[in-house]
Amino acid sequence: MNRVFPTGTAPHLPAPPTVAGVMGQVLLALIPGIATYTWFFGPGVLVQILLASGFALVFEALALRWRGRPLQPFISDGSAVVTAVLFALCIPPLAPWWVAAIGMAFAIGLAKHLYGGLGQNPFNPAMVGYVVALICIPAAMTQWLAPREIAELVPGLAATLQAIFTGALPEPLTVDAVTRATPLDSLKTGVEAGRFVIEIRQSPIFGDFGGRGWEWIANAYALGGLWLVYRRIITWHVPVAVIGSVMALSLPAWLLDPGANPEPLQHVFSGGLVLGAFFIATDPVSGCASPRGRLIFGAGVGIITLVIRRWGGYPDGVAFGVLLMNMAAPLIDRYTRPRVYGR
Amino acid sequence: MLIPLIVFLVFGLVFGLVLGWTARRFRVESDPVVDQIDALLPQTQCAQCGFPGCRPYAEAIARGEADINQCPPGGEAGIRALADLLGRDPKPLNPENGEEQPRRVAVIDEAACIGCTLCIQACPVDAIVGAAKLMHTVIEDECTGCDLCLPPCPVDCIDMVEPEPAFSDWRRPAPGEATS
Amino acid sequence: MIDESKVVVGEHLHRFPGGLRLRHNKRVACRHAVARPALPTQLAVPMLQQAGPPAEPVVDVGDTVLKGQLIGADPSGLGARVHAPTSGTIVAVDDGPISHVTGQPGMRVVIDTDGRDQWTTLDPVDDWRTEDPATLRAHIDMAGVVGLGGAVFPTFRKVDGAHAAGIHTLIVNGAECEPWIACDEMLMREHPRRVVTGTRVLMRASGADEAVIAIEDQMGAVQSALEQAAAELGDNQVRIVRIPTIYPEGGERQLIQTLTGREVPAGGLPQDLGVLVQNVATVEAARAAIIEGKPMIERHVTVTGDGVAEPRNWLALLGTPVAHLVAASGGYTSAAQRLVIGGPMMGYALGRDDAPLVKAGNCILVLTENNVRPTQPEMPCIRCGECSRVCPARLMPQELQFFIRSGQLDAATDISLEACIECGCCDFVCPSHIPLAEWFRHGKAEARHLARERAFADHSRERHQAREARLAEARAEKEARMARRKEKLGNDAERKRQVARAIERARAAKEKSSTPDTTEKDKGGES
Repeated sequence: MNRVFPTGTAPHLPAPPTVAGVMGQVLLALIPGIATYTWFFGPGVLVQILLASGFALVFEALALRWRGRPLQPFISDGSAVVTAVLFALCIPPLAPWWVAAIGMAFAIGLAKHLYGGLGQNPFNPAMVGYVVALICIPAAMTQWLAPREIAELVPGLAATLQAIFTGALPEPLTVDAVTRATPLDSLKTGVEAGRFVIEIRQSPIFGDFGGRGWEWIANAYALGGLWLVYRRIITWHVPVAVIGSVMALSLPAWLLDPGANPEPLQHVFSGGLVLGAFFIATDPVSGCASPRGRLIFGAGVGIITLVIRRWGGYPDGVAFGVLLMNMAAPLIDRYTRPRVYGR
Repeated sequence: MLIPLIVFLVFGLVFGLVLGWTARRFRVESDPVVDQIDALLPQTQCAQCGFPGCRPYAEAIARGEADINQCPPGGEAGIRALADLLGRDPKPLNPENGEEQPRRVAVIDEAACIGCTLCIQACPVDAIVGAAKLMHTVIEDECTGCDLCLPPCPVDCIDMVEPEPAFSDWRRPAPGEATS
Repeated sequence: MIDESKVVVGEHLHRFPGGLRLRHNKRVACRHAVARPALPTQLAVPMLQQAGPPAEPVVDVGDTVLKGQLIGADPSGLGARVHAPTSGTIVAVDDGPISHVTGQPGMRVVIDTDGRDQWTTLDPVDDWRTEDPATLRAHIDMAGVVGLGGAVFPTFRKVDGAHAAGIHTLIVNGAECEPWIACDEMLMREHPRRVVTGTRVLMRASGADEAVIAIEDQMGAVQSALEQAAAELGDNQVRIVRIPTIYPEGGERQLIQTLTGREVPAGGLPQDLGVLVQNVATVEAARAAIIEGKPMIERHVTVTGDGVAEPRNWLALLGTPVAHLVAASGGYTSAAQRLVIGGPMMGYALGRDDAPLVKAGNCILVLTENNVRPTQPEMPCIRCGECSRVCPARLMPQELQFFIRSGQLDAATDISLEACIECGCCDFVCPSHIPLAEWFRHGKAEARHLARERAFADHSRERHQAREARLAEARAEKEARMARRKEKLGNDAERKRQVARAIERARAAKEKSSTPDTTEKDKGGES
């Protein structure tokens, strides 16, 4: 008459979301941006993505083994691939293959697994990898191409592979052509040389409101990012705070001194700001957890980016902004806890 | 040469005065650390730590004469709490002081008791009632399980037993732990 | 102590933070009308069916009892009484399964039913409209009525406290928010007049001027049934309010927040806001206790889930074995895997189906392998923040679980662990599939245990210090006495005199004993 049942704890149903599901949706959201990037600058970015993903998974497997952890479910949770893709989107498309290797070694090995693996990294791993590459191998990190409309040649797949793996540039590109300044580079060197912004922007590498080509890529990232907000993978707080703070601070600067300061939209659609706002600063592990904390975090990223762009030594400051705010995130979280019911 | 010297002297004076004033103005009256340590000890008064009670042990820790891992009734949780309080690293319980055990209470075998009152004199929390040549018994709710009543008893009529678990004593296990 | 700025309850609806929209799964159990299952051959009635101390049995093995007769008394007044659900003979008063959330066995009274279902004499109130409210409340106490929404708090104490606090509005909680459960909905659909009458009776007993019956917005038929019943009874004091179906809007605090926009202060009670919340089945039970004099011996229960062949609602006697109810509902399907008493979000799993139906048993939910199988092993927290987005208490579950896992219970208490209502919303949205609600239940239990240990340690310290003080005083007194005597003897001349006297006494004694005296025996008591 008695039937015995195995028991379990409430709630008695599995949660619908999964870690792999979340990571997969982030990758889906990056597809418009990656496609636009490929259109403007050739298949280099795709090769970098594959390279970085491969290195990331290898290093992840090695790190898990070394730490005595099982490979599953960590190797297939998708977090290493997301790190790799974001890193690949930040480096030049023709960067030598060992840039991805070094970047991923530091991102996965150091920034992620040395701190305890998934969910334990205090710093954004993709940005750690990027910043290490930027500081240690600056020459390789400056091989930027010109966008489609003004380039002499958009490299095809074979030429790209040759450039990445052998360092030999495809005809008729010269070293000059691939170390072309990015829009932000031009702005920085130009302003320091005393030229006016409006004059600098006459250069063909500038588009309508951002860098030529780059502004469309930024739009595509924003599209994917908005979809992620709709899907509740990220919340609106960080993107709004990053972009909002950049616009809010660059507006008075531009109004007061338009000669030395570009207009707000130029800032937003240049460099990695939109990618950073929707995909990098929103990394949940290294960011803030509370809604107010996320607003402060995003504002901090925006402010630091602007400061570095205007006065710092690098043309773009998104990576540094994110890493510096990662340091502050636990403290911000501690002071922005929401008010609990009844208290 | 003179101007920088004067400037630094003035800075030194000004900041020294500011620091002195803030030290007075924002002084914090804190508990003596001995009270704070004693508040974390289980008050079993068993002397397994090597000191004649919990308060002497707390004082010894404060003086730096004793380590924080000498208290078996406090167990690992107690060591961790002391470590947090004093800013040290927690360490395993020193096996020379004893083992962590579930709480036990003393029970007197009434048939064998001779009414000598030696156990009553030994109990640090007066948990034994009785009088000379009359029955002695342990009040279970007050007994801390310190074992100090066992050695003095001339007829060895005291046993340490685990108390009957009450319904409200059930400990919900952490997720993944087996149920007890 | 009432909040003077009175809010008209339910006039405007507010939104509580967080919450989830879940699939109801209620239709399947509502296809049949409520019926009574066949009388079981044996009922095992637990003594602990309420929040508070267990009842104490007042019957012995071999006694015959009538339906509604008292079998468990409440001498402390902090618990609730228990009554025999049907007539029969007591065959055991012992420990056994009592369907308790901790899974522990407990005291129960086992009755072999005689099939006659014979009532004991009942004592209804003559006219509740004119009766003293204190008498109405006393009837609720005599009947052993407890909260049937799941918390099983003794209703008498709750209503008594509310009356003393001077509440103005009674909120009847018909917002049955957990999926699968439909017993309250069926009660309101089939007996709307009883619900409205019960509401008015409880208004009088609690001193409320107004009443609101809150129902979910997907219960359209229920609203019209209740409004029609109110019209038929000529009532204009009871209002029906539909609230949005967002789990857990049926939780007491969330319901109050929805209807008034106010939060119950930490450490306070709803009566501090001038409201009293009672589950609709509790209201009906209070009506039965007062108007019919019937004690609480049965309840509506939904037997449902993919693991049951014919889900439906029953009006079942307390103490009925769960297996009997499942059998009456077509038995288990082949995929039945887990037996839960309660709902899928907050119910607890039973290890055996001979467990009895208790006052807290609003649903018997049998789930299948597909329902409960995890789709991913537990992974580390990725700090996505979804858990705090859905938390109705605005807590930070990720921080709480970090603290509890690492044993920092004081830190968890500092960030308000005790405000957690264990609704399970955080579990449902966690991509890492961390069993958050279970961690919080564990953490709260450990925090309570730690508090008890600390209280015992403080108590022991006091006793020890008192003992030390007593011994020190005794020692001091002894030393003072010694000092005094020493001082006295320290005086040389005095000492010499004492010594001389002592010698004299000794010599006198010696002389007396050396001279033989035949009448020695007659001299008594000289030395």
